[in-house]
Order: sequence, then structure tokens, then C-alpha cells
Amino acid sequence: MPPKVNVVSLVSVGRHPQSGRSRRAEQDGRAVELGLKLSKKSLTVVHAGDSQEPVLRQYAGMGLDSLTVLPQAADGDALPVLVEFLKNSKAQVVLTGVRAESGESSGMLPYLLAEQLGWPLVPRVAEILTIKEGAAEVLLALPRGQRRSVIVSLPFIATVDNAAAEARQTAFGPGLRADLKVLNVESVTDDAMATWQISAAKPRPKRLKVVKAKTAADRMKAATAKPVGGGGKVMKNETAAEKAQAIFDLLLEEKVVR
Amino acid sequence: MILDWLPPTLIGVLLVLAGIGAIRRMNLWRAGQAEKVDFLAGLFAMPKRYLHDLHHVVERDKYMSRTHVATGGGFVLAMVLVVFVHLFGVKNEILAWALLAALVLMFCGALFVYKRRMNPPSRLSKGPWMRLPKSLLTFSITFFVLTLPAAGILPEGTGGWILTLVLSVLILMSLSEMLFGMTWGGPMKHAFAGALHLAFHRRPERFGGGRSTGLKPAALGEASHGVAKPTDFKWNQLLGFDACVQCGRCEAVCPAFAAGQPLNPKKLIQDMVVGFAGGTDKKYAGSAYPGVEVGNAKGAPDQIITNGLISSDTLWSCTTCRACVEECPMMIEHVDAIVDMRRFLTLEKGETPNKGAQVLENIIATDNPNGYSPASRTHWAADQNLNLMKDVKQADVLFWVSDGAFDMRSQRILRAFVKLMKAANIDVAILGDEELDSGDVARRLGDDAAFQSLAKRNLATLSKYSFKTIVTTDPHAFHCLKNEYGDFGSDALKGVEVLHHTTFLNRLVKEERLQLDTFKGGKVTYHDPCYLGRYNGEYEAPRELLASLGIDVAEMERSGYRSRCCGGGGGAPITDIPGERRIADMRMEDVVSTGAEMVAVGCQQCTAMLEGVVEPRPVVKDIAEILVSQLAEEVNS
Ligand code: SF4
Ligand code: SF4
Repeated sequence: MPPKVNVVSLVSVGRHPQSGRSRRAEQDGRAVELGLKLSKKSLTVVHAGDSQEPVLRQYAGMGLDSLTVLPQAADGDALPVLVEFLKNSKAQVVLTGVRAESGESSGMLPYLLAEQLGWPLVPRVAEILTIKEGAAEVLLALPRGQRRSVIVSLPFIATVDNAAAEARQTAFGPGLRADLKVLNVESVTDDAMATWQISAAKPRPKRLKVVKAKTAADRMKAATAKPVGGGGKVMKNETAAEKAQAIFDLLLEEKVVR
Repeated sequence: MILDWLPPTLIGVLLVLAGIGAIRRMNLWRAGQAEKVDFLAGLFAMPKRYLHDLHHVVERDKYMSRTHVATGGGFVLAMVLVVFVHLFGVKNEILAWALLAALVLMFCGALFVYKRRMNPPSRLSKGPWMRLPKSLLTFSITFFVLTLPAAGILPEGTGGWILTLVLSVLILMSLSEMLFGMTWGGPMKHAFAGALHLAFHRRPERFGGGRSTGLKPAALGEASHGVAKPTDFKWNQLLGFDACVQCGRCEAVCPAFAAGQPLNPKKLIQDMVVGFAGGTDKKYAGSAYPGVEVGNAKGAPDQIITNGLISSDTLWSCTTCRACVEECPMMIEHVDAIVDMRRFLTLEKGETPNKGAQVLENIIATDNPNGYSPASRTHWAADQNLNLMKDVKQADVLFWVSDGAFDMRSQRILRAFVKLMKAANIDVAILGDEELDSGDVARRLGDDAAFQSLAKRNLATLSKYSFKTIVTTDPHAFHCLKNEYGDFGSDALKGVEVLHHTTFLNRLVKEERLQLDTFKGGKVTYHDPCYLGRYNGEYEAPRELLASLGIDVAEMERSGYRSRCCGGGGGAPITDIPGERRIADMRMEDVVSTGAEMVAVGCQQCTAMLEGVVEPRPVVKDIAEILVSQLAEEVNS
């Protein structure tokens, strides 16, 4: 891996599913891990939010010398400051989790960033194999441990799937001593959020899976499969109109569009 | 006589060389970290510590204790007299006769050392240690002959210059061992370092029958945490390592060594010496770490220990059972050293092996090692009708439930204990969801930051309520509460008696507050949990409880202070370093060899480990469970 690539990993404050306590977010931790693997020297880890947040020390404890904070108030919008920061940085690869564990948790941030920066977005990355000559070979995580290899040109944004390597243990000492670089940026209030009403989430009803498996291997497959709606279809040779129709039909069928 | 000057000169020169060696050695120790020691009190207490405390341990091997008194006592006395008679040339027949007597005593002792070395058990180191009895014998014979003229037994000048020359050669040989070797790293080093180690021991509370088993808190927020290099140890820890006599008693009792995991406490201490003195382990002549060849370890005072001196697996194999510390005649503190080095691996390197990282992360995020919802901590007691401290604010007894609350097997023990307390009408309350993990596992895994955070938060909770006694069924939590929470400047446990449930129940039985029927099952043996026995000295209460049921405990060969660990302590099941056998299996073999049908324990961790042994095997039950099944039903209920 040429050490020249500038990698930025974006991290947020996670939330432990059992205790509800702040923690290093699963996927963001993996984003830092992947960044460390690509190049420890030219990795910048960035958090937009409270610079006093103790969880930042847990990320730093993965062996980071420093961590950049774009200070934002609790009602701040991370998007504009991140766009600003990335525009002015030499970032070539930006890694994020698929979605945050707290806050809106919409999973939209990487898409909005990609849109505003005009960069490609690579969703659910399991691994970045090589980066050379301005392009990266990336493995996407598909259900059931399948992988798809794609080539994407730099710069790009990638979200890191749970299939990527687990975040390394965080060590107390280095985390404590890491340098927090708090940049001087304006806190942008998220006006839209101010109008929202927030209530505790309830677990979503799960689609019933009727398992018709006959053998143990089939049952295993059914039990471990990521929930995929019905039978998927890969359309390669059809026209764009046909593909669009297929998507539209599916949305109707799933009652997303009525 | 032309050569008369030779023996005194040799003695003088070797004494000076020994003095130089002593200063060099002390400088090696002084490279360690500062630690406050009461030097004068220590030095004054040293003879008593030697005669009383050290010998108390040596006494367990009667053969060796007598041998050592004769040899060591004889030598010290003889050496002092040699200085007067032969170096300063004091002409006094009484002194000379006293010297002869001391030498005879030493000679007799040395004969027994020699005998032991004819067919030494594997735990003893060989190499230079094999030559020691010969040096001892040479010393005593040589000076005996040399002193005969002074005592008036032989006329001056007997044997002429030839005898003088021969004696001089022998003096050189034996004194090289006894004086030069003492301070330049020979086997006799143990006498020099050992004496000072006794004087400047880091846990002086251990002398005079005391107990000091709580780990010392790590200083947090420094430039580094834990021990990375030999010089990160306190200076008196380094001195302690140097005191090792390589007797291998620690090796003989170490469960990890017996299980074929890569740990041998004796070798570990020797490697620490290699580390702070610099060099390799090529000269080490004892048993290796199982599965690791001797000769490849290199160390230096400022070299990271786990980079080439010892492998981190060695450190993670330890169950912190303290068997080695209990057995060590030199009162060396192996567990302190091991946890000190683990602290570096966890707090600085983030290299806690296997499930360690996850367990620590869970502890930090949920206050329990398995990451259960903290709000489910009291689910086990849904049908127990127990008061919560939050509601009642005070009670006679606070029942510290421990993380057993989350485990179905341990819950049976908890319920049994609650039933017994109810039968005795105890005014008891629990903390409920306010209770957090005691921090035991985090601390033994080297994460003192997590431990201290838990300890401080637990203490803050405890300080809100008033109670006279705190009782727990978990010896690990018991140890933390009793011996380790005191370091954090809280008054929460001031004047509070911390008890293990067996001690508490034993009192109830003695006060006749529990009516128990005689036990009619088969043979029963008892397994002493390390954290109850060696850590807290409670060997009697569990046995008395069993006796109160009419049970005549069929003791295992290794019981009481020599109990063998179940393998569950120190986070060992979490780090899970592979060996040839499982420690729990070996302990179950100990149980089986007594012919018992049931093994009584006093710890949920021991229960889990011993029950994990494949059946058929004896039944494993906590003492609370055994008592509960013998609880006499009240006649009118
Ligand atoms: S550490 Fe103690 S028990 Fe072990 S060999 Fe040395 S002196 Fe003996
Ligand atoms: S504490 Fe126990 S396991 Fe650890 S070295 Fe000592 S005897 Fe071995």
C-alpha cells in the first residue's frame, strides 16, 4: 500500500445496545481499524461534535497520535462542517460507519457528503485491497459472506460494513495521552432537527421467515442469512427502463410507494 | 613461615571484592522506581523476620529447615569468627574453639545439603547449585584445619608451607563461592539479597503472621502504565527477585505449570533477574516454561520485557492463585509482578488476549463482563422479596450479590443463601441495579483504570446507605471489598465488617439461628477457593459448617493453604492460554482421588470451573446449597 494515500475516518459517539451508555461505535471503530491498516501515518480521524466527549479517548486508544475535533454543539449539524473540512483537506479516502448508533442514525451522512463533494460513494465495504494509480480495489460485503470486488477512483467515500475487520482493543494510556486537535469551526445549528419530536424507538416488527429447509445445512443457511426480501434478481442486460420498472414494482410490492 | 601472609590476604581480598560486588548489585536494584521504605525499622526487624516468618515457611519442609539452620547459621557465625581469628589475627583460644564448633555445625548441615543434591527433585535448579554443597563442605573443612593451630590442637606451623599453600587454594575456591559469589550473582546471592529483601519488603504487613494480599493501585495518567521494562518495577521488587533461591517450591505448586501452560513462577523470577541485570537465560539450570526452550531469552534493564525476555502468554497463563507466593520461603511476590506487567500490556498496548478485550469493553460499557443490560441485574431476585437499599436506606446486612446475578447456575447459590438468611430472620437488603461488577476481573486483566472506576462508583453507592455487615457469596468480590477498596479514600466501608457467606453462616449456626438436619449423603470433600483461603485466610468456617451437618470432610492432599486452584481466577478462563491439560480437570482428579461423591465449594467461579469437567464426576455444590437442603422444616409451618 503506498503510504501516500490520505485517509480520513469519521467517528461518532456510539451507544451500547444494552446499557445505552456512550461507547466507541461498532462500525466507526472498524472504519478507524481499516484506516489504520491502510496507512497509520496518513490517517486522520475526525469527529464533529463535543470535544469533551470521553468516548473520543477510546478511539484514540487504538493507537492514534491525535484526533481532530470539529466542535459542534449538541444541536449542531455535522454535515456542513465535515464538507468544509474535507474540501480543504487532502483526503482521498473517507471512511465512515454505515449508520450512527445514536442521534438521527439515518445513515444518510455519507450519501450527503458524497453528494456535496461530488465523490463516489462505496457502500458497505469489507476490505480495501489495493490503492494505486488513483484507483482502489474494494471488496463490498454482500449477504452470506459473499463479496463483490469493485474498482473505484479516488477520492471516494466508503461506509464500512460489520464484515470488515473488528476494531482493535483500545488502550487506556495512549488514549489518554493522544492529542485532541480542536479546530476552530462554527457550530451550525440543525434547524430541521429543532422542529422534530424525538421518542424512544421500539423494535421493528420482523418479517416472518417461513423456513422450508429440509436439511440441517439449509436451516443453518436460513438462520444465518441476512434478511433479504423475497427472491432478488440480478438484471444486467435489460434496458434502463426495464430496470427502473422492476425497482418500481418492488417498491409497490413492499408498500413503500402506494 | 614464608606463606603465612597468604590466607589472611586471600580472605581480605575476597572480602573487598565482595564489598565491591555488593555495591554493584545494590546499584542494579536502585535502577528501579522509588518506593518508600522504613529502612531502620526494616533492618532491625530483619533477624526476627528471618527466624520467625521465613522459617515458618521453610518449616513446611522439615528436612530443609534443619539443614538450613545448621548450614546457614554455622556459616554466618563461622564467617564472623574467621574475620576475627584469621584476618585480624586475634589470638584467643575461646574464639578459635567457637569457630571450630560453628564449622562443625556447618559441616553437618552441608552434608545434608549434599545428600539432597545427590538425587534432586525436578523443582530444584541444577547448574551452579549442584556445586554449592561441595563449596560448603570445602569451606568448613578448610577453615577447620586452618583453625586447629589457633585452637591449640596442633602446633603452629604444622604441615609447613605445603599445607598452607593447599589450604590457600581451598580458601580461594570456597570463599569465591561464599563471599564473591554472594554479591556477584552466584547461588549464595540469596543470602545477601534475601536478608535485605526481608528488611525492605514491599509488604511488611506480611511479617508477624499478618496478611497483605490486595494489589497496589496503579498510578493513572502517567507517561506510561504498568511495568514495561525491568526498571519500571519498584527497587525493592527488583531486590525481591534477587532473593530467589531457586528452590522451585513455587513451580511445584503452580497449577499453570502443571497444566503445561507456558508459565513457571521460578523461571519468571529468574527472568526478571536476567532483565534487570542484563544478559540471557542461558545459564538457567531449572525447569523451563512448558513448551518454551531455555536459552533464547534476552533482557536488559531498559528493554521492554515482552520483547524478547518473556512472552506475554507466560503472563496471561497465571490464575493469580497465590500458591507460589504462599509457598515461597523468600516471600517473593510473584502475583504483584505478573499483574504489574499485565497492566502494561492492557493499558498501554491494548493486547489482552482472546476474549479479554471484549470482556473489558463490556465491563466499561455495562459494568458487567458479559455485556448484559445493567437493568436486568436484579431479575434473578424477582421472586425473592428482597429489600432494596434504595428503598430501605439501612439494614443490618448488605448482601453483595456480585455478577453471579446474571448466571443461572450462580443464581441457585444466591437463592440458597437468601433462603438461609430468611430462615435466620436476618435484616438484609441488596443494592439491586445499583450494584456494579466488583472490578476483580478487570484488575487481574491489568485494566486498573476500569477497576478503579468501578471501585470508586461502588464506594459512592455504598456510602449512601448504612449497614453493619456486608456479605457476599463471591470470594473475588469479597477480596476486592475487603482488601482493595480501602485504597480509594472512601469511608463507605469504615466500621463495616466484610464477610464471606461461609463465615457469616458459620456464625449463624454457632448462634443456633439455623436449624439444620444431619447430612446423610455420601463422602464429601471441600475445595478451598484461592480468594477465600490464601487471599483471606478463611479455611475454618467452611469446614466447621460442614462439620455442623455431621460431615467428616475427606480432605484432598492439596487443601487449606496448599489448595490447588480450579483454574478460574485471574481472568485465566478469559485469556485462555493453551496448555496440555485443563487446570479444572486436574483439580477434579484431586477430588476423585478422595473417593468423595460430592465436592463442597464456596465460590461460584469454582463451581462453574469444576462443573465444567465432563461427567461422570462428583457433584459440585456450594456450601450454601448444601446447607439449604438440610434446613430443618419448621414444625408448625
Ligand atoms: S521464587 Fe521463591 S519458591 Fe520460587 S524458586 Fe524462588 S525462592 Fe523458591
Ligand atoms: S499465582 Fe498461581 S498460577 Fe500464578 S504463577 Fe503463582 S502458582 Fe502459578
